[in-house]
Amino acid sequence: MADIPHDASASAPPAELGEMELYHPRSWWTKYVFSQDAKVIAIQYAVTAFGIGFVALVLSWLIRLQLGFPGTFNFISPEAYYQFITMHGMIMVVYLLTALFLGGFGNYLIPLMVGARDMVFPYANMLSYWIYLVAVLVLVASFFVPGGPTGAGWTLYPPQAIMSNTPGQQGGIILMLVSLALFIIGFTMGGLNYTVTVLQARTRGMTLMRMPLTVWGIFVATVMALLAFPALFVAAVMMLFDKLLGTSFFMPTLVEFGQQLSYGGGSPILFQHLFWFFGHPEVYIVALPAFGIVSDLIATHARRNIFGYRMMVWAIVIIGALSFIVWAHHMYVSGMNPYFGFFFATTTLIIAVPTAIKVYNWVLTLWRGDIHFTTPMLFALGFIVTFVNGGLSGLFLGNVVIDVPLSDTMFVVAHFHMVMGVAPIMVIFGAIYHWYPKVTGRMLSEGLGKFHFWVTFVGAYLIFFPMHYVGLTGAPRRYFETTDIAVVPDSAMALNAFISVMAFIVGFAQLVFIFNLVWSLKNGKHAGGNPWRATSLEWQTPKTPPEHGNWGKELPVVYRWAYDYSVPGAPEDFIAQNQPAVAGREAST
Amino acid sequence: MVVAWVMVAVVVGSIAFHLLSPWWFPPLASNWGYIDDTTILTFWITGIVFAAVVLFMAYCLFRFRHRDGNTARYEPENKRLETWLVTLTAAGVIAMLTPGLFVWAQFVSVPEDAMEIEVIGQQWLWNYRLPGEDGQLGRADNRFVNFDNPLGIDPEDPAGQDDYMIIGGELVLPVDAPVRFGLRSVDVLHNFYVPEIRAKMDMIPGSVTYFWATLTQEGSYEILCAELCGTGHSYMRGGFRAVTQDEYDQWLGTQMTFAEFAS
Amino acid sequence: MIAILAFLTVVALLVLWWISRQGLMVKPWLETDSVATLGGADQPRLPPAQIGLGIFLAVVGSLFALLISAYVLRAQLGDWRGFPLPGIVWANSLPLLAASLALEWARVRARHGDIMLAQAGVIGGMGAAAVFIAGQLWAWTILTANGYAITSGPAGSFFYLMTAAHGLHVIGGIVALARPIAKIRRADDVAAIRLSIDLAATYWLFMLLVWVVLLLVLSGWAAAFLALCGRIIAGSG
Repeated sequence: MADIPHDASASAPPAELGEMELYHPRSWWTKYVFSQDAKVIAIQYAVTAFGIGFVALVLSWLIRLQLGFPGTFNFISPEAYYQFITMHGMIMVVYLLTALFLGGFGNYLIPLMVGARDMVFPYANMLSYWIYLVAVLVLVASFFVPGGPTGAGWTLYPPQAIMSNTPGQQGGIILMLVSLALFIIGFTMGGLNYTVTVLQARTRGMTLMRMPLTVWGIFVATVMALLAFPALFVAAVMMLFDKLLGTSFFMPTLVEFGQQLSYGGGSPILFQHLFWFFGHPEVYIVALPAFGIVSDLIATHARRNIFGYRMMVWAIVIIGALSFIVWAHHMYVSGMNPYFGFFFATTTLIIAVPTAIKVYNWVLTLWRGDIHFTTPMLFALGFIVTFVNGGLSGLFLGNVVIDVPLSDTMFVVAHFHMVMGVAPIMVIFGAIYHWYPKVTGRMLSEGLGKFHFWVTFVGAYLIFFPMHYVGLTGAPRRYFETTDIAVVPDSAMALNAFISVMAFIVGFAQLVFIFNLVWSLKNGKHAGGNPWRATSLEWQTPKTPPEHGNWGKELPVVYRWAYDYSVPGAPEDFIAQNQPAVAGREAST
Repeated sequence: MVVAWVMVAVVVGSIAFHLLSPWWFPPLASNWGYIDDTTILTFWITGIVFAAVVLFMAYCLFRFRHRDGNTARYEPENKRLETWLVTLTAAGVIAMLTPGLFVWAQFVSVPEDAMEIEVIGQQWLWNYRLPGEDGQLGRADNRFVNFDNPLGIDPEDPAGQDDYMIIGGELVLPVDAPVRFGLRSVDVLHNFYVPEIRAKMDMIPGSVTYFWATLTQEGSYEILCAELCGTGHSYMRGGFRAVTQDEYDQWLGTQMTFAEFAS
Repeated sequence: MIAILAFLTVVALLVLWWISRQGLMVKPWLETDSVATLGGADQPRLPPAQIGLGIFLAVVGSLFALLISAYVLRAQLGDWRGFPLPGIVWANSLPLLAASLALEWARVRARHGDIMLAQAGVIGGMGAAAVFIAGQLWAWTILTANGYAITSGPAGSFFYLMTAAHGLHVIGGIVALARPIAKIRRADDVAAIRLSIDLAATYWLFMLLVWVVLLLVLSGWAAAFLALCGRIIAGSG
């Protein structure tokens, strides 16, 4: 790279030094535990999220044991089953996916990708992690209180969530609500960091339209989360009031064991509006970072500029904005005013257009590319297939009349697992294989990685594609057993057993992944600074892993967008963002 | 290389699975055939899109895989292509949404001559209220619920006295006449779901929700609860029979009215 | 959900205005290598803390807009029974206004470099805010004594919830005021002190705004006003 001739007049003076006060750790504790370095915080977030995510994985096995082989495992009672599904759902959506994409990838990648030394409010960033950890611990504590964790379903619908025929109504539901409130407070501290860092700490030359799509995705998702999470916070606090102080925000006049309860005048539907006002943006809070990251994985490993970068950015912004006016498509059969269905079905299907554009552009990036089948690329391809599949089944559920027979059946379970379970997790795996060399300085084992990919991709598809058809027969979700339902044929039960077996196989493949993560730390190939020959700034750090402050003495200066791959006339098939002018390029473009 | 073939296998396998699958909606027993038609139309459109996208991707993976001397084409965007794709996608979306909205317009407008009945959910039992001779249901509210009045019928309202009450028993309804299902709950959320009817709706304590349907096939069906309602959720089932008008009238005569129940 | 959608529309318009100045239509692959397009460090930048506060206030605004949405959604159901706000609640606006004015004054003084006067303004603001909190607690006791306890019905529950949410933010604001005072005591850089007071004054102005909106909603004036608008539109059309 050093021998590329460049026009001296085109190079800018270096960005000034010490643009921000950098926190300097004084001891081992402040360096690795109470660290204010975004990269350390990112790893803390990731490890915690994977830890609690593993609990949710085990819960999914228990759920599948019951669904695949009903009546065989006597230790799973209906109470326990409902607790498993509730905790599995809540952990996966909030404590794993949200925390990992924003707290994990956001913290690691934003400062590096925009050329900053760190987040702008490092102290708040540190607090954000510790509050998240407390939220996780409170959640875990609910497994050990009398009555166990709540079994109200991850949507926590009242009145059921705080009534006596629901498991965990003594302590579990309280801890769940407190944990969610804490999570939101912690997230807000982190979220302020991510947004302000993108807005204010970009290095010289890093205009918004030169940012990698990863940063765009995480940035827009964070803005959405900041505005949407208050809805969950309000709902959680109001339900806590109902449970602890005896107010009736969500509790109408009702009867339990033949006795009138002291509640009256509340509206259960109000909770659903608040929950889904958070809940639908939440889907995109998980999806947008995945969209961004996968764009960068595909461009890098296909050695081609991302196709239609501007469309990709606009689509992210438009999807983010639209996702705030579609929430009630989760409530078509909730008993809300049925005329809302017209509006929400329309907005929901409109969102399909920008989303489809993103899919086309990923595939068109592969077209005329130079595709390297590395593990990150494989996972990115797996993402496209599962996301397209899950996205298309969303068109069934978004179209209000088709939702009527399918809502609350296994079809819904299959749909959202495909689109916001499997697809984002494919991206998470791809991203880890991609950035692990930057984080640790070592490559992950490609052999184990490919094994991990094939089992996970094929297995997950075989779990969730057939599950749609179980739902079509009419099998409701959240049923402890579906054996004796008249409309569900015995053959569907055989299918259920098959799905369960696949779930175990896929689950165990994740152990291989964890082994790979640990083993490669010591035994992986040395990666060097830029093993994938990528353009974006995080690969141009003076040291790998980047040290505290990221950039040594001088901040990088950015001269171009993040997708100069295979530029005609360039000596190599990529030009780093901080690379000044290349002779002859102007003529060729 | 292998990936390209696996992608083809995913498409072929998924389509074959769909065509060969014995798992489909249970046979229709109501007027909501339009819902099935919209679903099938959506299967066609989404199936074509899925096959097209994934097969094109497989082609790209095969054709543009890395080999010595292969270089990627530098092409930041292609406005014409993108405009075409946006237009096509929008057309597909409109093709799915339009029939959906038309069917929904029918779904929300209950025919004026519909017979009004009420389903009352409680943990974990189905109760019903059918109009007596006056053809209408009396007022009801959860405030009135007690041991002698399990459905919370307003004792002051004369229209409620002749309402037939079915506590936990089988529901029988006539075919070929539109029925408006008013839905109530005395405790938590439930959802009245008969897969053969297609329509379903949540039941919320404190309000009356509804849907309507005309039964078209005589027969016995199972009622499922489709909204998590506590530990007994999966056992909240009910029996439901669609019969001719004569059989219905005969059956109704054997049921107990609110006035009889209270005394 | 009208209130939150209206709030988000305002946020969206702000974002749109900002985004329209960010060159989202440029083709980034064409504009390499030119120093003129580098931007960034050449443009004056607001301090991150100010942007951070702005975004934080958007989050707080979203929280209150959602509470108001929930309130409106519930109040629209047929059986809603409100109650007249006691006079003390109205009177309580005065100390909050005083706190905000004191901080505005501190902001002006700090800009002129009168740090000691600015400190007096901040301490005055703290005092007035404490009076506000005391007044709110008193209002709660009066209401409870008059039979409007927190469990008395939806209107009562919402009143306590919304005033508690606002009160907690005010208390947080009082605690945060310790920061400019500590900076003045440590004789920090004048610019740092000025920024710190600036942030505090903005926050308190926002708290005052939230309070006014809450009063209008809880007293029913907002609903009456909207109904009047509706009648005027219907009458003219």
